[in-house]
Amino acid sequence: MAKEIVISVKDLTKKFGSFTAVDHLTLQVRRGEIFGFLGANGAGKTTAMRMLCGLSFPTSGSGTVAGYDILRQAEEIKRHIGYMSQKFSLYENLTVWENLNLFATIYGMSAKSIREKTDAAFKTLGMENMRNVPVKEIPLGWKQKLAFTAATLHSPDVVFLDEPTGGVDPSTRRKFWEMIYRASSEGMTVFVTTHYLDEAEYCNRISIMVDGRIKALDSPEGLKRQYLAGTMDEVFRIVAKDAKRGD
Amino acid sequence: MNAKILKILLKKEVSLIKRNPIIPRLIVGMPVLVMLIIPLVATLDVKNVEVVVVDNDRTELSRRMVADMDASEYLSVTGCYFSYDEAFRQVEEGEADAIVTIPKDYQKDLTNGEKPELDLKANGVNATKGTLGAQYATMSVANTVARWQAEQGVSLSAREFGTVNLYNPTLDFRNYMIPALMVVLLIIICGFLPTLNLVSEKESGTIEAMNVTPVGRLEFVLSKLIPYWAVGILVVTVGMLIGWLVYGLVPEGNIANIYLAAILFSLVMSGLGVFIANRSATILQSIFMMFAFIIVFQLMSGLFTPIASMPRWAQCITYAIPPRYFIEIMRSVYLKGATMTDLWVQYATLSVFALLFSLVAAMTYRKRA
Repeated sequence: MAKEIVISVKDLTKKFGSFTAVDHLTLQVRRGEIFGFLGANGAGKTTAMRMLCGLSFPTSGSGTVAGYDILRQAEEIKRHIGYMSQKFSLYENLTVWENLNLFATIYGMSAKSIREKTDAAFKTLGMENMRNVPVKEIPLGWKQKLAFTAATLHSPDVVFLDEPTGGVDPSTRRKFWEMIYRASSEGMTVFVTTHYLDEAEYCNRISIMVDGRIKALDSPEGLKRQYLAGTMDEVFRIVAKDAKRGD
Repeated sequence: MNAKILKILLKKEVSLIKRNPIIPRLIVGMPVLVMLIIPLVATLDVKNVEVVVVDNDRTELSRRMVADMDASEYLSVTGCYFSYDEAFRQVEEGEADAIVTIPKDYQKDLTNGEKPELDLKANGVNATKGTLGAQYATMSVANTVARWQAEQGVSLSAREFGTVNLYNPTLDFRNYMIPALMVVLLIIICGFLPTLNLVSEKESGTIEAMNVTPVGRLEFVLSKLIPYWAVGILVVTVGMLIGWLVYGLVPEGNIANIYLAAILFSLVMSGLGVFIANRSATILQSIFMMFAFIIVFQLMSGLFTPIASMPRWAQCITYAIPPRYFIEIMRSVYLKGATMTDLWVQYATLSVFALLFSLVAAMTYRKRA
């Protein structure tokens, strides 16, 4: 039996004046999948993701996330997803624990379950000694891990990660992907945007967005076969060669 | 409305305010500084009005009148002249602010039960000093005459003039200023802080982290409003303490009335602040917008210039300016000892504004763009 669909959108479009940021986006993501959302800067990845998360109204189109309607049930969607923005956005003047406790409480977790989950998370991440440290004092790599933890502590159906590994060193990136795999193995669906094409290889399926449209969508292997390319880097160059937007 | 979520949001706000390197100091330091300095420097009190006297009577009474005027804290008699022209020259040369002319036979007429008139001329160049000086001189003379008549056993029928300034007998500007300064402080502190707080969440991106959670709009907005009740109470407390300890001014009325008005007004200002923050993308924008409101609030609410002396159309506008009601309450409770029953209209209007501004704050906060 085919796995359950958790994200399904059809012709999702976002216009800012005469500029079409996202142009008729259509895709489906299955439960437990790690779905890579690739594209150059300005291709429309973040805008598309913000519509899926209920942060931005689509200009047209429709779809569901975690079984709820994007247009009408944004607040329901928010209960069932986690989101990690491109820009680090935890409270710098609150401690690690205070940040996690704040977000987990908002997601309706009980005090007991918050304690258990954060204890486990601190242990796995080796962050036990950082519990009461203000977030502004911890290094960037740890911040990213913390942001991921804050976005997944409530075990959402889908977690959206917007360029989660931007600006971090290769070893931290590897550890970050270990966290993503762990989340996926626990049944979370991971929807991740990235610039790093080596990271694209870690995904079950990827889409490549060019100028607001999806130009290619398949597994990394499938794409390489389709474009007769040896690496994802080559695939990306072939697909994005006519791009007008971006660098 | 989820109490658990509101509680944790409030805890977060309080922690963030406490850990901010500047804000807590500002909340206490600004009222202290303003209350200590402004009443001393920004005064419209008129003291040492220079009076010249033309004494055509030259009796015991007229000499006493001159001596009493000179003894007054507000007047100083700089010269006695035999003719009006000589006295007038002093005014022309800027040496005197007012001329008091005592007519011939003043004492005699008064003893005979007539009503002799004093002539009082004030220099209108410095209008405030002139008019107030004339008033002070009138009061001083009235007192001297009254005492003299009492000593002579004459009925007090001649005491026709004389102004008594109710509630603030010496027209001490400080008594007028101190309640007003507390209003100014609340306008600024409770208006700016929530605005800057919320817009800085926008700039740092934390608001997006909040908007992507299922947090309720009401809980979130309340968490931005409620801490400023506490701040409002703190500001008013500091203000009242300094008013009492430094200037010896204690509210004539019930302190609870002042606190209630302060809470309502804090809510008005923080609601406005959140509304402005909702409409601004950057701190710069929000500051400019807030200033626009604050200028109107300060200059048109009767803080510094009485509403009654504004043109009719402007007076109509002041009904829509919330600090107007707060100022009326503060001054009436402070100086007149007014009660809630006396001021129910002001309290009711302020409550409506508080509710309205909070609603607008909650309604304009959007989790989705």
